[in-house]
Amino acid sequence: MSHKSRSGSASQRRARAPVFAALGDETRLSLVAKLSVGQPCSIRRLTSGSKLTRQAITKHLRVLERAGIVHAVRAGRERRFEFDPEPMEEIGKYLDLVSEQWDQTLARLKSFVEG
Amino acid sequence: MNDRIEKRIELAAPVSRVWRALTDYREFGEWFRVKLDGPFVPGQISRGPIAYPGYEHVIWEAVVQKMEPERLFSFTWHPYSVDANTDYSKETPTLVEFRLEKTAGGTLLLLTESGFDKIPSERRLEAFRRNDGGWTEQMKNIENHVAQKP
Repeated sequence: MSHKSRSGSASQRRARAPVFAALGDETRLSLVAKLSVGQPCSIRRLTSGSKLTRQAITKHLRVLERAGIVHAVRAGRERRFEFDPEPMEEIGKYLDLVSEQWDQTLARLKSFVEG
Repeated sequence: MNDRIEKRIELAAPVSRVWRALTDYREFGEWFRVKLDGPFVPGQISRGPIAYPGYEHVIWEAVVQKMEPERLFSFTWHPYSVDANTDYSKETPTLVEFRLEKTAGGTLLLLTESGFDKIPSERRLEAFRRNDGGWTEQMKNIENHVAQKP
């Protein structure tokens, strides 16, 4: 499975701030939405068209960066932020798994009380 | 992002029957597959070995939260606490709630598990990886069991 082959990378072992918490904010969600569909963006570009200051955007990007959802990359003298789908995919898979477990458990309850 | 699991299931049994299956520790143990050591008491820990083949060394543990007769049963726990080398006690547990509603055909059971945003992402990954081997096999066994006893 592809998941397994990636499991040894440093980014996987590194402790990360909870991804859910990082995404539990509208500004950060909109930053993720912007970054997830396009090219890596500079802070300047992410700030333009936003009511927030550059400092505020930077702060939000830090939170996303700590959660592994975005990574900073160098483009010449400029720092740009790019989206990494992996942490969100992991969470999706985990919740799918727990969800599937409940389906099975509730099916057993059903046969137990109806039997 | 969605950090909770929600399930609804219709049960062709009276609310009182479902309530007993949920809250009598022996009955709970039968369908949940865990050998509990005593009755559920709000505010108290309930524990016992898991009764899945291959997982008997794992101790299931939960703290009972609410028992509102024939309405709400809830507990907190650490999902997938199956690694003996990991101390799960420092992690914030998730909350599991079973809500019952009377329907024409019997009982509507609403299940929610919430609080996943508090689980370290390292563990979420680990739980997934673990499933790669053992759980897939377990799931098949359970499916077969349910199919044989409709």
